[in-house]
Amino acid sequence: MIIKRTDDIRSDEITDEAVYVERRRFLRMAGFAALGAAASSRIAAASPRELKSFEALTESPYSTDERPNSYEDITTYNNFYEFGTGKDQPHRYARDFQPRPWEVTVSGECDKPGTYSYEDIVRPHPPEERIYRLRCVEAWSMVVPWVGIPMADLLRRFGPNSRAKFVRFVTLHDPDRMPGQRWPVLDWPYVEGLRIDEAMHPLTIMAIGVYGKELPNQNGAPLRLVVPWKYGFKSIKSIVSIEFTEQQPGSSWEKAAPREYGFYANVNPEVDHPRWSQARERRIGAGALAPKQPTLMFNGYGEQVADLYAGLDLRKYY
Amino acid sequence: MLRSPTITRTRLRLLKTVLFIACLLPAGGMILGIYGVEGFGLGANPVEELIHRNGEWALRLLLATLAVTPIRRLTGAAWLVRLRRMLGLFAFFYAILHFLAYAIIDQGLALDFIIEDVIERPFITLGVLALLMLLPLAATSTDGMMRRLGRRWKKLHRLVYPIAILGVWHYWWQVKQDVREPVVYAAILAILLGYRLWTRPRVHRRPIQDRQTQDPATG
Repeated sequence: MIIKRTDDIRSDEITDEAVYVERRRFLRMAGFAALGAAASSRIAAASPRELKSFEALTESPYSTDERPNSYEDITTYNNFYEFGTGKDQPHRYARDFQPRPWEVTVSGECDKPGTYSYEDIVRPHPPEERIYRLRCVEAWSMVVPWVGIPMADLLRRFGPNSRAKFVRFVTLHDPDRMPGQRWPVLDWPYVEGLRIDEAMHPLTIMAIGVYGKELPNQNGAPLRLVVPWKYGFKSIKSIVSIEFTEQQPGSSWEKAAPREYGFYANVNPEVDHPRWSQARERRIGAGALAPKQPTLMFNGYGEQVADLYAGLDLRKYY
Repeated sequence: MLRSPTITRTRLRLLKTVLFIACLLPAGGMILGIYGVEGFGLGANPVEELIHRNGEWALRLLLATLAVTPIRRLTGAAWLVRLRRMLGLFAFFYAILHFLAYAIIDQGLALDFIIEDVIERPFITLGVLALLMLLPLAATSTDGMMRRLGRRWKKLHRLVYPIAILGVWHYWWQVKQDVREPVVYAAILAILLGYRLWTRPRVHRRPIQDRQTQDPATG
């Protein structure tokens, strides 16, 4: 095999960057389309609910150009304990879940508390595509092309007041519809929280879809949080309550194992989980023989979010 | 058949062949999964799946090995003991595959990470201990070794009890939150070990006779 040295390559052989970027974009879109088609034919049988496509999606400068995971990976391997604790269980046991009609209660330190329908929540905001890395606390990761709306735009509509220091989110609690809740593996309902500045950060979104279509049940339909610099369990699914609070809210995993899961849960390769290392991660879909890759501080979003934590001891506030 | 204390040699050979093939089925399923055969998929995270599946089969076969004596005593089917070595060796086989999947595929033989894991993560320490203790048992599993070690063979092979405890403990500590499955393994192990404690020969009553009537292969 002949390996070309750099100086053997004539400059006219080198692809112009603009062409490269355009080509990448084309390949990505073509790939999406092909994957989408392949996936939908396979998944269709498993999903009785028709997932509507979003028409106009705004692209976002916050998206990564890493290759997204396949629709199949994203929709068949994830944690959603409300539908079983195995990662292959949510897509099987969430099949018949009906996420419509859906209501969200907004309460606490804000001017416009009340009950809002899914449509009330979503309609005023143009949906954006946000291709984010997702790092699970279990040391695996994916790249997910979410569809979402900026959380800050949504929360501002409810008029949080000056006492609103935190936002508390709650998942639907309905063991008839969520069979995993029939066993007290966690203290149901699932609760998560963010500091208000984290919730209002431009990276934080309320996700409403994936791969240009509505969220599948197993991924947290119809509304889920996505905070890409934090471990996946912070990104609470199937949200029915948003509450603005003055005190730091507790979270489900913090309550279940306080030594293992903190309130902040920022991705941090230097602070190990007590039972496994967080220094590296396995990228799902990279192939069984691909080596693990190093985990990045704040999941690679440090440039955007590190100043939120200036002066905070990240070892103590893990 | 289960009630009779002995079976014919042909029948035993047939049984052993069937058991051998049965014990290889999980490995076969994993190989088909690696080659992407429809219906044998290893899911989105094949590395994790291989590690978990091999570990689970190691534990299941270890428990099956430990079930031989109680079942034999309860049913009187003495020939069951002739299948025990194969069960034990297959437990060892899957335990080794479990470790190799972790060390080679998952960690890419990165020794620094493996050593850090063994030292710093208690559940991995337990697993490695159990595996190390299995090594001498597998090495002395031949007829020749049994003869050569005599009474010491039996003493050595009592290691299987702490190994099983470490193995189930290793599983329990690895699970993130939902311990229902490890609880089932622990319960079965508790029954199998409890049975032995319950039916233990009372040494202080009839020490000499007990030692003589005990089957040297009883574990």
